[in-house]
Amino acid sequence: MIEIQNASKWYSAFRVLNDCTTRVAKGEVVVICGPSGSGKSTLIKCVNGLERIQRGSITVNGVSVGAPDTDLPKLRAGIGMVFQNFELFPHITVVQNINLGQIKVLGRSKDEATDRALALLRRVGLHEQADKYPAQLSGGQQQRVAIARALAMDPVAMLFDEPTSALDPEMINEVLDVMVGLAQDGMTMMVVTHEMGFAKKVANRIVFMDEGQIVEDTTKDEFFGTRRGERAQLFLSKILSH
Amino acid sequence: MTDGFDLGIIVRSVPFLWDGLQLTFLLTAIAVAGGLVGGTLLALCRLSSFAPLSFAAGAYVNFFRSMPLILVIFWFYFLVPLVVGRPVGGFYSVLIAFTMFEAAYYCEIVRAGIQSVRKGQIYAGQALGLTYRQNMLYVVLPQALRNMVPILLTQGIILFQDTSLVYVVGLHDFLVSADIVANRDNRLIEMYATVAAVYFVLCLLGSLGVRKLQRKYAL
Ligand SMILES: Nc1ncnc2c1ncn2[C@@H]1O[C@H](COP(=O)(O)OP(=O)(O)OP(=O)(O)O)[C@@H](O)[C@H]1O
Ligand SMILES: [Mg+2]
Repeated sequence: MIEIQNASKWYSAFRVLNDCTTRVAKGEVVVICGPSGSGKSTLIKCVNGLERIQRGSITVNGVSVGAPDTDLPKLRAGIGMVFQNFELFPHITVVQNINLGQIKVLGRSKDEATDRALALLRRVGLHEQADKYPAQLSGGQQQRVAIARALAMDPVAMLFDEPTSALDPEMINEVLDVMVGLAQDGMTMMVVTHEMGFAKKVANRIVFMDEGQIVEDTTKDEFFGTRRGERAQLFLSKILSH
Repeated sequence: MTDGFDLGIIVRSVPFLWDGLQLTFLLTAIAVAGGLVGGTLLALCRLSSFAPLSFAAGAYVNFFRSMPLILVIFWFYFLVPLVVGRPVGGFYSVLIAFTMFEAAYYCEIVRAGIQSVRKGQIYAGQALGLTYRQNMLYVVLPQALRNMVPILLTQGIILFQDTSLVYVVGLHDFLVSADIVANRDNRLIEMYATVAAVYFVLCLLGSLGVRKLQRKYAL
């Protein structure tokens, strides 16, 4: 589904991504972790072309992200993305947030879009908040709306960039529960997170990044078992201990 | 100067002043609308990654911002008839002058407004599959405009006051109308006090109104 091959990216002289290769098969959940500044967000943004790689290739569902003739908006519409800071549009209501892409990109009618939006809001437990503005919701609620907004586009895969790290601890689980549900329904997911509980529960593979490189790309069992790299182990012991 | 403060002259000249005030309102409204639309287009050009476009827009803005408005009004008064090949009258030439002049100022306001929208919002719009145009139209500009409300208001009030410059091409705006009465009936104090009071009240109402709007639409 997602193939990343020898991807490299520079910010002027600084190499953010260094020859990264990995893949996410259909229905697979891949968790990406690693220290701050290691390039996790950059990598995930390159998958739907929000950032460009300068070398290597990335394909999603067989479509090359970097090819000049690729219709990027169309490609992006098929990939859901959830951000650390939710990024709901503050000037429109929850249901309008979920409808915008459906109407403007997929060409659904307003009624059709609203039906879908309300169904998704019900699924994330927020159907009563449909007509509120994002600022009237808690962080956890906003993030669940953001997930619903992405799902409304019927994506073939979902990208998550630290979806719970801006949340108060008591709200983390309500978001993780939705994500676990998605994973169990067979959604293809690439998730940057340090929530090792989530990784243990639903991840198929763990990718560990450091200084722009993928230093570890293993199955979950290997990662949490004994065979794992030193840096990963050191890092893991830090997150697991707090 | 006649003795005493004659309220009667003010009352009697209301219909005449009202005509002038309508012209002032009309000019302000059209120049604000035209300037805002023009300024938004200019701002999009300035922010474009296509260098010639952003350069041209930048040159336009810098040019008009370094010119006194009164000079621009004069120019267009003489230039526009030459360009279109027939006299167009003071009103239309002034309208074009104001719109083009204001567009340069609104461009900078809108540009700052667009830049005040967080990068993450743009990413979110893109990630949904919105095109550049759709992202601007539905995500960025609505937020930019809300952020710009106070400064747009200030610019609108400045423009409202600047419309009094149309006297140079012989248009009868509010100030000119009052001036005519003042000189005809030798009632300078009454008329100029009226003008000042009206400008003051209108500008005050304007800022109160927009402050209310701002509270309603604050993000
Ligand atoms: N636009 C940019 N220009 C220059 N450098 C950048 C830019 N964006 C990111 N970087 C740098 O690239 C590196 C990787 O950033 P990235 O956001 O991908 O890291 P991350 O692994 O997601 O970290 P975090 O856990 O803090 O989110 C960082 O050192 C960052 O400072
Ligand atoms: Mg990051």
